[in-house]
Amino acid sequence: MNFEFSEDQVLLKNQIRRALDDHCRSADVRQILESDSPHDSQLWRVLCEMGVQGTAIDDSLGGAGAGYLELCVVAEELGRALAPVPFSSSIFLAVEALKVAANNEQKLALLPGLASGEKIGTLAAWEINGPLQPDTIAMRWEEGVLNGRKILVPDGDVADVAIVIARDDEGLSLFAVDLTDSGVTRETLETIDPSRNFSTLTFNAVAGQRLGDAGDGWNLLEQVLNRAAVLVAFEQIGGAQRALEMATDYAQERYAFGRPIGSFQAVKHMLADMYVDLELARSNCYYGAWALSTDADELPLAAATARVSATQAFQHCSKNNIQTHGGMGFTWEFDCHLFYRRSNLLAVLLGGQSVWKDRLVSQLESSDAA
Amino acid sequence: MNFDDTPQEAEFRSSVRHWIDDNAPKYLLPYLEKASFATMDLGDYNANDESKAWRKKKFDAGWACLSWPQEYGGVGASPIERVIWQQEEGHYAALGGLFTIGEGMCGPTVMSYASEGQKKRYLPKLAAGEEVWCQLFSEPGSGSDLAGLRTKAERDGDDWVINGQKIWTSGAHHSDYGMLITRTDPSVAKHQGLTMFFLSMKSPGVEIRPIKQANGQSGFNEVYFTDVRIPDAQRLGEVGNGWSVSLTTLMNERLSIGGSMPTGFPEMLALVKSLQTGEGLAIKDKAVRDKLADWHCRTSGLKYTSSRMISALSRGETPGPEASIGKLVAGSMMQDMSMVALDLQDLSGILVDPELAELSARFQAMLLRSPATRVEGGTDEILRNIIAERVLGLPGDIRADKGMAFSDIPTGR
Repeated sequence: MNFEFSEDQVLLKNQIRRALDDHCRSADVRQILESDSPHDSQLWRVLCEMGVQGTAIDDSLGGAGAGYLELCVVAEELGRALAPVPFSSSIFLAVEALKVAANNEQKLALLPGLASGEKIGTLAAWEINGPLQPDTIAMRWEEGVLNGRKILVPDGDVADVAIVIARDDEGLSLFAVDLTDSGVTRETLETIDPSRNFSTLTFNAVAGQRLGDAGDGWNLLEQVLNRAAVLVAFEQIGGAQRALEMATDYAQERYAFGRPIGSFQAVKHMLADMYVDLELARSNCYYGAWALSTDADELPLAAATARVSATQAFQHCSKNNIQTHGGMGFTWEFDCHLFYRRSNLLAVLLGGQSVWKDRLVSQLESSDAA
Repeated sequence: MNFDDTPQEAEFRSSVRHWIDDNAPKYLLPYLEKASFATMDLGDYNANDESKAWRKKKFDAGWACLSWPQEYGGVGASPIERVIWQQEEGHYAALGGLFTIGEGMCGPTVMSYASEGQKKRYLPKLAAGEEVWCQLFSEPGSGSDLAGLRTKAERDGDDWVINGQKIWTSGAHHSDYGMLITRTDPSVAKHQGLTMFFLSMKSPGVEIRPIKQANGQSGFNEVYFTDVRIPDAQRLGEVGNGWSVSLTTLMNERLSIGGSMPTGFPEMLALVKSLQTGEGLAIKDKAVRDKLADWHCRTSGLKYTSSRMISALSRGETPGPEASIGKLVAGSMMQDMSMVALDLQDLSGILVDPELAELSARFQAMLLRSPATRVEGGTDEILRNIIAERVLGLPGDIRADKGMAFSDIPTGR
């Protein structure tokens, strides 16, 4: 059995960490948090130069031709550094949608730009507040153009390309849309985590091209979300790991009643529970990574398990990181809130816990394993 | 990243599988499949006899105490081969319960501290299952604070004379030998005045009384020592060095107990897939689904954590105190799950008759057994301390008895 990342993958991880230590310090994250800039374009360029965006894209399509395990390693480091870049929108969502649904010609046209990072992609799905369901999607595809409004589009202000789910008489389909079209209006949204950008996109007779079969849009979207769930779960455990480390360090440095607060069992046990949740989530993420990299039949179960587990671990670690820091944890100056914000953003990024738990149990229901 | 055996591991697995297939007591399988949560009922077959017979068969074929050196009755197999053996042994592993403490805890300690002659005398018989061993550690006044033990050993010529009481000794009534930790010097700090011995459980003055547990069963014992004599030659380690000898044993205890915890999740899934509630199948209920997802995540997390540990073994590394999480997670999960399982059965949840209760009353057994899981071999609280101190590196708690002579430590009641 070899259920660990390889030496080369660990080397890649270290290389990404070093780059992020230099170019994605907490001051850089705060720069995006506190300004109107939708993302850190300098960091994005650094990642482009390293070829990180193309990690899991075939070299014939402009990528590096490595695999999903390498991409998981990258995701964990981006999550750890709270990287304020449109990586998940462009790579985990748009690229995966194209891999799942596009034909060869479409891939050749769209993937190289995303692989180099020259173009930024995203997924536009939600139209109303609340869970995404087939009947919440009203956007119309008629006579070769899209009309309607998508809310909560991640990195909607900076994306060049969007994968859009919309309906025509045959049901739901996925479409690739050039967002530089003059019929697109963008409106920035304020969210709990301003270090990431979200916006509302209004489409007024915007041209697009269908991806995959007509009427197959919901099925394709679920496949995309499963793949993205594994990758985002790695971002989540990266963030959770850092939050746990911050809390552990602080518990050793901070004295009260003449002793380090980390010597009190009330604090120790809180940190031990964070560690346990994180280890379980990490192991589930590895399972997800294995399923994604081998395209296993178990991917829907593995993805939902990694997703639920990593969401809980990051929320658990980020909230108790604040608790460990006491009053200082509630200052703007300390970084605790950056992790708290990001953990709660990622918790709903691909749909909330109850939706993913329901997907998970549906997989258990259909499996014979009882 | 893969779950595949190396060619060498695959070859080992295949030979194990063939041997088990040819030799295992298949007539016991129907009983063993139902064994769970520390209960094993072999019907008309005698559990001890069957356990010893299977053990002997394994020993004769070279499959017992795999990781021990050959001269002491083992085969010098690698840790990963031991894991493969356990995986392949499957339900028959339940027959090994009688020997777990001997193989996992007493044996390694004897190997580290006994004389060569003693090792040759005792270890092969332990490995063969001809002699059963227990560990005599916990006392009524010292559980988590093991070093606070009071059982007294006093030197008398070439012997030591033992007086005191041990408790929670698994299998003492089936055991031939025991490993005993005692206090030899109450005038020094508590960790410094301890000494380890082994003795025959048939020694005059040893009295074993089964404890009737909260769940009505009796797997543990109290052991009383009244002027029991142990030759000095049966001392393990130096006088006053018993604490560090005991650590050898305890690290092995947590590894062997935490290694393959049942969680009860497969049983839970089977229950909610079959149980009708007022609104239809239990698994269709939103509240049930929410909890089921959480439990699945924890079960799956444990499973793949264990895969990560096996990978470390496979690379020749030793898993650290991270192994503590298995029992910590599984114990309270079993307890929570059994309460929900009974609740779903509504008033019939109180039934303990396997003929009448859902799933042969396994959840009722789990409900009544799981409190012990959260205490035995390190309480949840001690395990959290271990994780906090040894994994996360947090400082130890401040001890009120630090540096005090043992005899000056306040005891309460």
